[in-house]
Amino acid sequence: MTVRSERWLIRVHGLVQGVGFRPFVHQLAETHGITGWVLNDTLGVQAAAYGPPPALGTFLAALREQAPPLARVDETRVEHREPVDEAPARFEIRQSERAGRTDTVVAPDAHICDACLREVFDPTDRRHRYPFTNCTHCGPRYSIIRGLPYDRAETSMASFAMCERCSTEYHDPLDRRYHAQPNACPDCGPQVTLSGPEGPRATGDEAVTAAVAALAAGRVVAVKSVGGYHLAVDARAEAAVARLRRRKKRDWKPFAVMAADLTAVDTVADPTRAESTLLTSPARPIVLLTKRRGALPETVAPRNPKLGVMLPCSPLHHLLLDRPGLDVLVMTSANISGQPIVYRDLEALTDLFEVADLVLHHDRDIEVRVDDSVVLCAEHPDLAEPLTIFLRRSRGYAPYPVRVAEEQEPVVAFGAELKTTIALADGTAVYLSQHIGDLKNHQTADSHGQTATHLTGLYELRPRYVACDLHPDFRTTRFSAATPAERVYPVQHHHAHMASCIAENRLSGPTLGVVFDGAGYGVDGTVWGGEFLVGDVTAVDRVSWLRPTPLLGGDRAVREPVRSGFAFALDALGDDDAVTAAFPVLGRLARRERHVFGVMFHRRINAPLASSMGRLFDAVAALLGICSLAEYEAQGPIELEGLLERDLTLGEGYPFGELTGQDGTRVDPRPVIRRVAEDLAAGVDLAEISRRFHTAVVDMVVRRCTALSRVHRTDQVVLSGGVFLNEFLAVNCLVELRRAGLAAYGHRLVPCNDGGISLGQVTVASSRIGAERGSEKNGPRTD
Amino acid sequence: MLNTTIADQEIVLDHGTGARLSRELVELTAELLGDVYVGEMEDSAIVRTAGEQLAITTDSFVVDPPLFGNGDIGKVAVCGTVNDLAVLGAEPRYLTLGVILETGLPLSRYATVLRSVGEAAREAGVVIVAGDTKVVRPGEADQIYLNTAGIGVFRRPPLRMAHVRAGDSILLTGPIGNHTVHLLSVREGLGFERDVLSDCAPLNGLIADVSRSPFGQAVHSIRDVTRGGLTAVMHEYARATGLTPHLVEEALPIERAVRMACDMLGINPMNAANEGCLCLFVQQAAADGVLEVLRGHPYGRQAVIVGTMVEGEGGEVRVTRPDGRVDLLDELQGAELPRLC
Ligand SMILES: [Fe+3]
Ligand SMILES: [Mg+2]
Ligand SMILES: [Zn+2]
Ligand SMILES: [Zn+2]
Repeated sequence: MTVRSERWLIRVHGLVQGVGFRPFVHQLAETHGITGWVLNDTLGVQAAAYGPPPALGTFLAALREQAPPLARVDETRVEHREPVDEAPARFEIRQSERAGRTDTVVAPDAHICDACLREVFDPTDRRHRYPFTNCTHCGPRYSIIRGLPYDRAETSMASFAMCERCSTEYHDPLDRRYHAQPNACPDCGPQVTLSGPEGPRATGDEAVTAAVAALAAGRVVAVKSVGGYHLAVDARAEAAVARLRRRKKRDWKPFAVMAADLTAVDTVADPTRAESTLLTSPARPIVLLTKRRGALPETVAPRNPKLGVMLPCSPLHHLLLDRPGLDVLVMTSANISGQPIVYRDLEALTDLFEVADLVLHHDRDIEVRVDDSVVLCAEHPDLAEPLTIFLRRSRGYAPYPVRVAEEQEPVVAFGAELKTTIALADGTAVYLSQHIGDLKNHQTADSHGQTATHLTGLYELRPRYVACDLHPDFRTTRFSAATPAERVYPVQHHHAHMASCIAENRLSGPTLGVVFDGAGYGVDGTVWGGEFLVGDVTAVDRVSWLRPTPLLGGDRAVREPVRSGFAFALDALGDDDAVTAAFPVLGRLARRERHVFGVMFHRRINAPLASSMGRLFDAVAALLGICSLAEYEAQGPIELEGLLERDLTLGEGYPFGELTGQDGTRVDPRPVIRRVAEDLAAGVDLAEISRRFHTAVVDMVVRRCTALSRVHRTDQVVLSGGVFLNEFLAVNCLVELRRAGLAAYGHRLVPCNDGGISLGQVTVASSRIGAERGSEKNGPRTD
Repeated sequence: MLNTTIADQEIVLDHGTGARLSRELVELTAELLGDVYVGEMEDSAIVRTAGEQLAITTDSFVVDPPLFGNGDIGKVAVCGTVNDLAVLGAEPRYLTLGVILETGLPLSRYATVLRSVGEAAREAGVVIVAGDTKVVRPGEADQIYLNTAGIGVFRRPPLRMAHVRAGDSILLTGPIGNHTVHLLSVREGLGFERDVLSDCAPLNGLIADVSRSPFGQAVHSIRDVTRGGLTAVMHEYARATGLTPHLVEEALPIERAVRMACDMLGINPMNAANEGCLCLFVQQAAADGVLEVLRGHPYGRQAVIVGTMVEGEGGEVRVTRPDGRVDLLDELQGAELPRLC
């Protein structure tokens, strides 16, 4: 008996347009002996598939599992099925129905695919050594889009008319370049130019070759990459790295490197399998790998067991790394002193010669500045799978949405002040922008506004509500008030952190939030940062926190960890003599400075109380003499963690105290500081002190959570806040909380630092709007 | 609207810092007074009596400590009001003096303060025409509070914020931060009080020199940089003019000892209060000329150009950092709060 054929009407949701999805469906149908048609419409992709049900079943499964590299299939659904007697003879790609907004779905930028790469290195191919080779499976997307709809005319490729051969590829549904908007070749597409301070020196392949020669000679070359300019030098040449450090005026902040391929990666670092998978993913993030000691000059990433490594993310990078011996380049963001990464040619050619000898640029404009993404992949025998920690979620990921459990109200969230991102809700999707940066900078502030407009424009969303931080002085807060939104929802900083972790894990119900970061504005107007919160997305109570310590000089304490060292030490040991006796680094401060710090501490002069966990880490780093002044954010905590050499074994933890008050329990760091002093006096190895301190924090988290879970009757715990970028803490807290019987969750999709806070702001605002609407319906009428 | 602002709120210390909350308190005051309030929110009011224009202002003084290294509350009370009249282009003439005394204040301290009032008035060329004293129980006031009101006459058209134009240079007549650091240091025993002195001075003579000079017409507006510091002044002008003040941090006149103290304390000198420093908005072409006149006067020897008014979207203030980065200078809500995460 033969199985009767059926007709299945299939609907595919997700990022399925402009990524070669229809040709893929076509090919897949042919493989499975399916006939019918596929088309793009306003909701995504729709297909009618004719064939025997078993074949249709495997076809459907393959649609999800074998989707093209840039596609993200959120859902495949059979909308209708019926037996049929007759089927079409072939499978065809039908013309898109172009109306509606899903035409605007934008893919993140992606690395060049293998097929394209083969062409670039094939001397007989017409795209041999062409730096702008791409197809529907690869290449730039988000960074070159100007507006709607996603068509060549609305990208920075608009000024390049396709030659006949490119045009043929573009219009052939069976070609890899069918509707590849940035399609180009040497005859019709963009060209590179190498310029010195005096002007252009070479163009085309000659420019690339000359740039490679300059790199090999130890020169600093600014390279126009996907989302902005990088500064490149030969990472193996100590003098070249030193030159770059001198010109950038950066002594300590680790540089990331770009390695030619996995073989080159292996010579400088020791990637795990999971890390290699991340390295080779189309997003091509910077992955923090375990450094091979001595492989590169120490100045590339000083005082750090990790090395940020990425693989080439554009054909141009592959060409730059094609010379034997020059297989690892330092690739650091090209920016002038604290400003955002340079992405416009005019700016590059006027400003970058301060640091670069040469600038390698080209005439395909970058429309949206997108920084490199940075991730860390932590492993532990008790973790079912490696834990991906995003330090920055930007190129290759933005603006792909995070799927949340609840349908969201039309909210746009503006983030905090540093590492700002914007989040935009659309149903269960929350679109997260690229990393925007520090909004105190006026260029960044401008691009914050532009990104909000750009993103809402791209998705044709008109958010009615705005969410922002509670901090009255944040620019985002004031920017929110100036928008035409129906209502602005200020969200407490740590509640937003907690909510972002709840949202990405799709949790519901009462939850314990452990939120540790540098500082955030608390509901009581004081500075928070070492918080245990209980509640949900709508509201939380602060039930426990780090006992507050004065922040000597406000923000200056953040740049000068020695101030926190002094404050915590004075708090724990009582007087100046005890403090200087216990900690030599404090004895080296000028007497006058110690006097002023002491007065500030006791009289609270410009010394607001802060319950900040980040400052406690600063304090310990400073007291151990590791980092008194921070050149970059969180340098103290990073170097303190660095002493652990990525070994996650727990040590003998110091004891935190607990002070029970009417309003909640304060965790007292003073006993910890006293034990640090004792160990330091006893000559205990700094790495061991660091391990005991880190362990103390893990123990404290587990003890507090266990107690709180009993009182508040929930065993669900989320970990958030920038302190959880610390691999030791993130992993051990998860593992130990689970061992204690609690359901603990961390971040895997968005950064736990302020880069992820906009997601939390969206969900908090949205749930409040929902709750208000509910109470309007049911509540007593007051009018 | 008014009721929602008032409900459940109380006065907090930040309502007195010169930053955003102070401004909002002043705005609320004007709103509460309603149609009887006709002031224009400049340093002095301009009224017309019998054909003559007068400048009128009033100020209360709460200085902690009331007696400090190179001055006291008496000098501050005269200079503050004299300067408020003078910055509008008026010639200060008459003052009134109100005194609130706490029981237990040594009479010798009172004498010191009142002698200072006399000395400062003499220097400024004003006379005290009326006065009042009240005594309160211990704890109801802190030693001594003063109030002065002042009247000035115009020998020239008044200076107004509205006269400021894009392209105007921004000038300061002297270093910033001294008064705050000096007072804080005396009060808390920080040890800077001998290296850093208060700048408190009557500045009507300095302003008169500029007005009489050939560049008088090129001076569009003047403000004394007091509570809230340069930051507050810049934001006030940004709001009032719709222009963007753009400062150059390296050009700011800050004494070495003040810089060191501010660094240690984590205070931004731009937010610090002064009692003898003016900010002038001057037509660019005349800026150097004005500078020269200012530098010829004892209170303007360290005058400098610190920035420019540029076209902008309004409301924001920019500052070029020593490394070339351009940052936004924020208006604070009250005292400075940490923002870094
Ligand atoms: Fe934070
Ligand atoms: Mg005044
Ligand atoms: Zn490709
Ligand atoms: Zn072509």
